Amino acid sequence: MSRRRVSFSDGKQCKGGRRWSNPLVVLFVLCCVGCSICLLWGLEVYGILERKVRVRALGDEREKTLLDQHNLSKDRVQALALLISSLNQGRFYECMSKSVADERLGSSLLHVLREQHPEIDQSQDQQHWDRENMSHEKVSVEIMQETHQFFPEPLLNILYLVIVEMVVFSMGFALGIFFKSSCQQFQQQKHYKPQNSKGRGKWSKKFLFLGVLLGLLVAVWIFLSMKADITERRKETLVNMCDERARMLQDQFNVSMNHVHALAILVSTFHHGKQPSAIDQKTFAEFTARTAFERPLMSGVAYALRVLHREREEFEKQHGWKIKKMKTEYQCLVKDDYNPEKLDPSPVQDEYAPVIFSQETVSHIVSIDMMSGKEDRENILRARATGKGVLTSPFNLLKSNHLGVVLTFAVYNTNLPPNATPKERIEATVGYLGASFDVPSLVEKLLHQLASKHTIVVNLYDTTNVSAPIRMYGPDVASASEMHISNVDFGDPTHKHEMHCRFKHKPPPPWSAITTSLGVAVIVLLVGHIFHAALDRIEEVEDDYRQMRELKVRAEAADVAKSQFLATVSHEIRTPMNGVLGMLRMLMDTDLDATQEDFAMTAQSSGKALIALINEVLDQAKIESGRLELEAVPFDLRDILDSVLFLFSDKPQAKGIEMAACVSQEVPDILIGDPGRFRQIITNLVGNSVKFTREGHIYVSVHLVEDAKSVKVGQCDTLSGFHVVDKRKIWENFSMVKYSNEANDAVSLMVTVEDTGVGIPQDAQIRIFTPFMQADSSTSRTYGGTGLGLSISKCLVELMGGEIGFISKPGIGSTFSFTAVFRDGCKSSDDKKRHHSDPALSDFQGMRALVTDGRSIRAESTAYHLKRLGIHVHVAIDQDSAINTILDVCSTSGKERLDMVLVDKDAWGGGSGISFPRLLLERRQNGAVVHQESLPKMFLVATFLSPTEVHHLKSAGYVDSILKPLRLSMIAACIRKALGVGSKRQQLKGQPMALHKLLIGKNVLVVDDNAVNRKVAACALKKFGATVTCAHSGKEAIRMLQPPHNFDACFMDVQMPEV
Amino acid sequence: MSLMALREQLNGLVNSMFLEGLLDDQFEQLQMLQDESSPGFIAELITLFCGDSERILAELTKLLDQAVVDYQKVDAFVHQLKGSSSSVGAQHVKLACVQFRQFCEEHNKEGCLRALNVVKHEYYLLRGKFDTMLQLEQRIQAYESKQQI
Repeated sequence: MSRRRVSFSDGKQCKGGRRWSNPLVVLFVLCCVGCSICLLWGLEVYGILERKVRVRALGDEREKTLLDQHNLSKDRVQALALLISSLNQGRFYECMSKSVADERLGSSLLHVLREQHPEIDQSQDQQHWDRENMSHEKVSVEIMQETHQFFPEPLLNILYLVIVEMVVFSMGFALGIFFKSSCQQFQQQKHYKPQNSKGRGKWSKKFLFLGVLLGLLVAVWIFLSMKADITERRKETLVNMCDERARMLQDQFNVSMNHVHALAILVSTFHHGKQPSAIDQKTFAEFTARTAFERPLMSGVAYALRVLHREREEFEKQHGWKIKKMKTEYQCLVKDDYNPEKLDPSPVQDEYAPVIFSQETVSHIVSIDMMSGKEDRENILRARATGKGVLTSPFNLLKSNHLGVVLTFAVYNTNLPPNATPKERIEATVGYLGASFDVPSLVEKLLHQLASKHTIVVNLYDTTNVSAPIRMYGPDVASASEMHISNVDFGDPTHKHEMHCRFKHKPPPPWSAITTSLGVAVIVLLVGHIFHAALDRIEEVEDDYRQMRELKVRAEAADVAKSQFLATVSHEIRTPMNGVLGMLRMLMDTDLDATQEDFAMTAQSSGKALIALINEVLDQAKIESGRLELEAVPFDLRDILDSVLFLFSDKPQAKGIEMAACVSQEVPDILIGDPGRFRQIITNLVGNSVKFTREGHIYVSVHLVEDAKSVKVGQCDTLSGFHVVDKRKIWENFSMVKYSNEANDAVSLMVTVEDTGVGIPQDAQIRIFTPFMQADSSTSRTYGGTGLGLSISKCLVELMGGEIGFISKPGIGSTFSFTAVFRDGCKSSDDKKRHHSDPALSDFQGMRALVTDGRSIRAESTAYHLKRLGIHVHVAIDQDSAINTILDVCSTSGKERLDMVLVDKDAWGGGSGISFPRLLLERRQNGAVVHQESLPKMFLVATFLSPTEVHHLKSAGYVDSILKPLRLSMIAACIRKALGVGSKRQQLKGQPMALHKLLIGKNVLVVDDNAVNRKVAACALKKFGATVTCAHSGKEAIRMLQPPHNFDACFMDVQMPEV
Repeated sequence: MSLMALREQLNGLVNSMFLEGLLDDQFEQLQMLQDESSPGFIAELITLFCGDSERILAELTKLLDQAVVDYQKVDAFVHQLKGSSSSVGAQHVKLACVQFRQFCEEHNKEGCLRALNVVKHEYYLLRGKFDTMLQLEQRIQAYESKQQI
């Protein structure tokens, strides 16, 4: 049991802890959720930023491209200016003036201009471009916004999923609860099945598990989808960047090619179109060097003249050097000390293409016959046939030993129709302009200009031969990572180029996806945990509840068993205890010395106390086990009150406490109910009051419930003048006061016991009716008692169909009030109980009395007792009116007879009542002479009288004193003694006198084996004057009756043994 | 004053005994028999009754304790007790005795034992009251004798 209690207290602590931990858990979960949302948001923002950066990079690239193009066009204009400046001015004007006439020149210039048409347009509209540049940021912002709009989609997705998750959870939970409730209903119908609850616990657990699993799956799904999204975006970026690069390369290449083309036309115009040529090696070198920035992809340009074999000698002579042959076999082994002079002269061929002009960077190829190189030769042949720029396959360039591509343009006679056949073109060819692209360095340079060059790896391939593509640029890494291929068109349909882009680094782990999914998983797990905890708690609480119920049932059973046990055992104890007491009594009757008698007395008083206690316990047990039944017999309520007050009169008399009872006249004389139990209640209440009152009064009043409300209550106008609590407050809680029942002969009584004791402490007031509870544990030590009294009283009152209540203020006092329902006994015909006191009462009918008392309640109480005797009572509150009334009556003697005057000892303050007759006497001496006989008899009513006061009573003018608490019999006795009315009673014995005469002097034999009967009979006969002889047995009687005998009569039992 | 109080107490006790039904009219008659000529009559009678009753009860207990109960003897004793109790006016004891005799006639040992218990119980109850009564009367007498001196 004690362990049980310990575990309970532990549980309490746990509960307390839990109460604290619960908000903590909730806070923690909220924090987690908040954090994960923040994380998500942050990630999204991060993603957006990343994107923005990427977009900005793209934008930068675009911007750069634009700028480049713009710059190019600007450059071109600049180049034209340079051209002008490099030619001498006079010549230029000459040329210009000449060419004004020369339509070909103009057209070719125009052609140049037209070739660069978009760039020119751009340059014309430079402001527009600037504006575009300016507004670029805006564009990027727009792009960003676009991505922004694009971004929340996964976020929304996630939120949606989380909501779905929650719904799943709650559905699972609700389902679990539904199962539970249905199970409970099932349980209510049938009895209790513990495995059921476990079953539903399992069910909801399963749902929970499913929910968590689903949530985790969702988290994984989120991860996968986000990862796919990221990969997609990466790919997209790669494609964008690759395309961008390819296009830029292509653009720049085209630009360079265009320039080379322009250069070809320039050469055709100024070298071939003029005699003598306006261009020599120096001019060419200078011009090309100064316009090199326009051909960002070219390492150098050179011009080779078409020389037929028949013209070779003349040509060689003219230039002063031999046409040399290219060293094709060792192209790859070209060294820095490459000297063209050492080359062999070109072998005889149909035609040659010796380089006559070259840029400084490639000056080593001057005089080399381009036709001697295999690649170059093919190139030249193709170029002059198509009239367009032609590219070679990539090969190692001379001298620099870099992989390169040579671009060749044919220079025609100026009079070539635009739709000329290849043959015509070949015929019109005068020379070839070649330009070499140093692909790796050029691409490098190009890529350098672009942002984010470190993120991707670019490879450039010549894929003319699909089976064996030639790598032109880029590291030879065959990485497995994803790759994007974009085609690059260099304007030569015979060659195909591709750009392969791949990311330099492996894709970073998709952090956003990981964190998001992890966040979702964490939320799911947390929610799962919460639900799990809730389910556990519910189960736990249910278990506890079950246990409690079991315990409750057991406790109730134990309680009933206890009550039965108590009832049985008390009864069993009482019987032998009575024997013990009886024997003790008998022991005390024997001849004992003082010590022995003292021992016996002690033992007997202890035994009596024990019996009293057992009786109380028995009552309580009887009430609890519901075996107490009330009797319904006629009884006199006033007698009970008298006797109870008398029972407790010792202590109040010693302490000088006023004690009084007052029963309303409306209360019937005879009630039908359980007098014993009613007396018990009154005894309890009055006993308590006596116990706890040290000064003041104890006042018992009985009214009908219907009249109780109209009773006036004065705070100071009390029996002893002490303050009392307001008893009306008690009645407010009584339902009976509010709804008084109107049953036929039912009498509802309101009994109030008022005292001016120590009062009940506020905190003890609630448990005052609990069995074995006293207001204070020290109470039992100070005042004794078991604490059962009030509890029993409450039960009894309830059995009587009433209510009990109290009001108490520490220091002022307590008032207990109860209601009880009885039946009116006066209406029932037999009135047999009355006849005990009736003869005595009839003596006083018609008498008149004056009660004088300063306190109206006390006077009322005294008057109540007198009225019970049938005496007419006047009440005089103040002294003068009392004296006047007495004198009035005395002076007009005869008519208004006054038989007695009752004066309270403390009528107008302590001890003031004693001097009342003297005042009366003085007054009488002053006034008219009154006959001594006509003066009424004076009685002093007092709680306590000292022997000296008793002694002086007669001299003070009083006939006798009556001690409070007043009782009918005592008042009657007193008055009878004083007025001598008791003589009537003697006459009542007239009837037995006849019997007396009959029996007097007679000899009677009484025969009975029963000693008691014998004694009784003998005594009765003696009473009437007979001489009685007793015989204890039949034989003796027969012997005594042997004639002659002098017995006049013989009384004998019918069933006499031995006869 | 004390004498008055004692008388009152005695009266109250007797009244309560009447009210509870412990005593009946017979006792009243006895009270009327007691006067100056025989002041200790009731006390004497009660003592007599008590002694007699206790003897009978002891006998009854002994008889009913035996394996074979002599019901005739028992009946005789019960009858005696009934007679004495009725002459004293001990109503409850008398009624209990009537019950006892019925069981006796039926030769119902169980019932007899139970009835004996009831009789004993009632007797001791009455006995306690009588004790108090006697005590009060003794005190009254002592007081009166003192006053007379």
